[in-house]
Parts: sequence; structure tokens; C-alpha cells
Amino acid sequence: MTMTIKKIKDRAFFYGVCFFSFLTVVPLVAIIWELVSKGYKQINWSFFTESAPSTFEAMLAKQSGDILPGGIANGITGTLLMVCLAAIIAIPVGIFAGVYLAEKPKSKYAAVIRFIADLLQGTPSIIIGIIAYAWVVKPLGSYSALAGATALMIMMLPLIIRSTEETLKMLPGSLKEAAAALGAPYYTIVLRILLPSAFGGLFTGTLLAVSRVTGETAPLMLTALGSTAINWDVTAPTSAVPLLIWEFYNDPNLADMIWSSSLFLMALILILNLIAKQVAKKWRIQ
Amino acid sequence: MTKNVLFKSLLFAASFIVLLICGGIVYALVSGSWEAFSQFGVFQFIFSSDWDPTIGNEHYGALSFIVGTLFTSFLALALCIPFSLPVSLFIGEYFKGKKIANFIGSVIDLLAGIPSIVYGLWGFYTFRGLMVDLHLSSEGFGILTSSVVLAIMIIPYATSLSAEFFKMVPNDLKEGAFSLGATQYEVIRRVSFPMTSSGVFASYILALGRALGETMAVTMLIGNTNLLPTSLTDTGNTMASIIANQFGEADGLKLSSLIAIGLLLFVITAIINLIGRFIMKKFAPTK
Repeated sequence: MTMTIKKIKDRAFFYGVCFFSFLTVVPLVAIIWELVSKGYKQINWSFFTESAPSTFEAMLAKQSGDILPGGIANGITGTLLMVCLAAIIAIPVGIFAGVYLAEKPKSKYAAVIRFIADLLQGTPSIIIGIIAYAWVVKPLGSYSALAGATALMIMMLPLIIRSTEETLKMLPGSLKEAAAALGAPYYTIVLRILLPSAFGGLFTGTLLAVSRVTGETAPLMLTALGSTAINWDVTAPTSAVPLLIWEFYNDPNLADMIWSSSLFLMALILILNLIAKQVAKKWRIQ
Repeated sequence: MTKNVLFKSLLFAASFIVLLICGGIVYALVSGSWEAFSQFGVFQFIFSSDWDPTIGNEHYGALSFIVGTLFTSFLALALCIPFSLPVSLFIGEYFKGKKIANFIGSVIDLLAGIPSIVYGLWGFYTFRGLMVDLHLSSEGFGILTSSVVLAIMIIPYATSLSAEFFKMVPNDLKEGAFSLGATQYEVIRRVSFPMTSSGVFASYILALGRALGETMAVTMLIGNTNLLPTSLTDTGNTMASIIANQFGEADGLKLSSLIAIGLLLFVITAIINLIGRFIMKKFAPTK
């Protein structure tokens, strides 16, 4: 008798676990379905090549029952500009700092840096936005792509540092020893042996950091602000795809654009993630 | 040899930049909030729920937003656990290493990759309607709506970390229990849970840290009223959402007060994250 109660409990728990696990898939399916079903109509050539329409243009198109004119080119170029600027600084600094930490596993100073990197990683993005505002927007006297890139850079840095450190720690010590035994100087060991061997991990870490900041909205609201035209001037206000989504959300006439731009943003992030995973699989350190 | 020295100082410089950034963050937040704190006093600022921008009679306090933040985040955590725990068991215990576990794991990763603003849109256009249909609230905005969406947002963080801890439970311990006639449920309760409890707890703390700072989705769903929320269906504002809403047009004392709220949020999330990491380092099984 006790045996059966025991078994029933066990089964019930198992089915409960399965039920709740599959329930967690529901929001993902619901969100993707909503983006695709509402967003596909707006996706066409001009979606990628033209700037966002004005409220008035959108209103006219809506009245005549057309799809909205224009696209999100100003957002795509802005996102590209700011993410690249951020990456140019964050990748070398992050990788070098990561190497430093991996080479000094026991030093007190390294422990402090590690601690700060963790602290930065947990800092809410809106606070990073305030910081970039205080550092860049206030001294320059204007919202700018530079300020937005600064915010994104600060967010990418801890991610790259920690992934670099973790990857380098996995490399066998014999690799370094063999190079040193051949008389290679330290910088050659790091630049020619360690970093190339860790390439897969570094690439994955960087790509994940990029995909993480691509969808950020809050810090850009306080720093890059947005612009209605394509802008390549780093000292001028610049738009980004998430910023455009926020604008569309706040303007009822442009509401139709929300879904296509969100679909685009999601697809972009998804592709970055998939590439990162593929690379991680291929270059895994044995 | 000089090249070596140069290279080593380059590595050191890169790590020093991190230190400088952190110093710069603290300096910018403290100096930015100085005006508000000296005007109202730190204690007064934290424990006052007034938010009155009328010129000549300006008065700012953070209490409503601190309560809003804690209310939504803890509620989100409570809602997240019943989902996160089964999923981490599914991945780390029942189907450890199997294809189906990989599939669920990828879904969880994807959920983590969805931008906050997309969660906000989904909450605004779909989930809010559900809340209205269920007669839980007239407009659908408020604490409960934000918390549910927040809960979905932090499930990935809580799950992927705690699944790692379940995976780390040594197999021989479990096999020992099985050989004594224990069912899988009993193994989970008597072997896995006691071994992983602190690590899983730490994962939830870190997930809470995420919820505290989430901005966009909450801004779109909480209703943005500067009042002290007292019930689940009340509207309100969190510390992050008031900054997102009002930073753009603020200046002077109001700007300083918003930065002061930022400083408080920074301190709260830092403390929560530190506790989480401390527990994880101290009590986790060999890692």
C-alpha cells in the first residue's frame, strides 16, 4: 500500500514538473507569434532603406488604408553606429583586462577588479544611462551618439572581461609553458598563443555582449535621444531601433510600425545569439 | 624586454580602466544627487512619499518609488519561483543531458534575449487586455501586471543558474538513494534539494537583482502615478520607471532628485547582488 502512494507521489511530481516546464514555453511562442503576425505586413524594401515617417505622413496613409510609408533606416544606422563605437573600445579593453585577471588568479588587486566587474554587470541599465548623461551629454551640451555608445560600452565591458577570463582559465597550462620554454617573450605568448587558442570563447563572449546591448532602450533614452533622419555625426542626437520602437509606441499614428521594428530587433538579436552558439560549439576547448 | 614591460603595463591599464569607470560612476551619482540630499536630507528624502514639482514649492521624496520597486520585484520573484524551479529540475535533474532538456534550455536562453521593450509591448497590447477581461483592474495597468511580466523576464536568470546547481549534484549520492529504494521524487527532496538549496537560493537573489533594475517593461505597464502603492491593482512607479519617465524634461532640483533615486537604486541592487554572490561562493558545492 505504501509502495503505491510513494509511486503516485513520484509520478504526480514528475508530471507537475513537465507541465510547468512546457508552460514556460508559452510566453516565448506568444511573443514571437504576436511579432510575426502583426509585423510581417510592414516589412518591405523601404522598411530597410527609408527613415521613419512623420506622424502626418502616417496619418494620411492610414486614412487611405495603405500600409505606413518609410522604414527604420535611421534606427538601423544609429544602432550600427553606436554598437560599433562601443565595441571598438569595449573589446580591446575588455579582453586585455580579462587577460590580466586570468594571469593573476590570486592577487588582491585582481580580486577587486573582478568584484567591480560583477558589480557593473548587475547595475541596472538606466543607471548606466544617467552616468553617460553626466559624463558626456552634460559636458558636450547635447545628446549624442557618443553618449549612447559610452553607455553601451560600460554595459559590454564586464561581460567581455568575465567571458575572456573564464575562457583563458580553461586553456591548459602546458600551452603557456611550452611557449615559454621555447623562449617566447610574454607578449608573444599572450598575443600569438593564448588569445588565438581562446578565439572561440572570446568571439562568443563578444557577440553575446553585442546582442545584449543591441536591445537596450533605457540608457539610450537618456543619452542618444533619437533623430528623425539618418545621422552619422557622433556628436549629434541619433536614433536606434529600440528608440524608434519607443517612439512608435508613444504615437498612435505610428503604432503599425511597432511590430515590424520589434520583429526586426528580435530577429537581429536571435541571429547574433545563434551565431555565438554555433561558434562556441565549433571552437570548444577540448 | 622593454616590450614585455610595455605589454604588461598595457594589461594593467586595461584593468585599471574598470576601476576608473566604477569610481566615475560613484562620483557622478554622488555629486549629481548632492543638491537633493542637502536640500531635503538623506533620511527625509528616503522616507518622504511627496513628489511635488510645483515651482516654488518643490518637494521630492523617494519612498513611493522605493516601495513600488520592492513591491513589484518581490512579487515577481514569488511568481517566478513556481515556474523556475520545475524548469530547472527538468533541465538539471529529470532530463539532464537529454535533447529535450537542451530544447527547453534554448527556449529559456531565448526568453533571456528578448529586449525589455518587447516584453513591455507584449504586456501592453496582450497581457493588459487579459487583466481587464478578468476584471482584475479597469485599465490593466498596475503593480500586478508589471509583476507578472517581470516574473516572465526573470525566469531565465533564475532557471539557468539553478539548473547548473542541480547538474552538479554527484551521481553516486543519487544512486545510493535509488539503491535504497527511493523514488526520484524522494531523491530530489532528500538529496538534491539539501545539496543545492543555498545555490538555488542565490540564483533567486540574483534574479531579484535583475527585477529591481528593469526599466522599460515596467515603465510601460505600471501606470506611472507618483503615489504610494498599497494594493496589487494600484498603479505606481518604480525607481527605474520614474527616472525613465521624467529624466528628459527635468532640471535643477528635480534632476538632482532623480539622480539621487538612481544612487539609491544603485546601492540597493549592489547589496542584493553582493548577497547573492556571497552565498554562491560560500555555500555552493565545489565551484
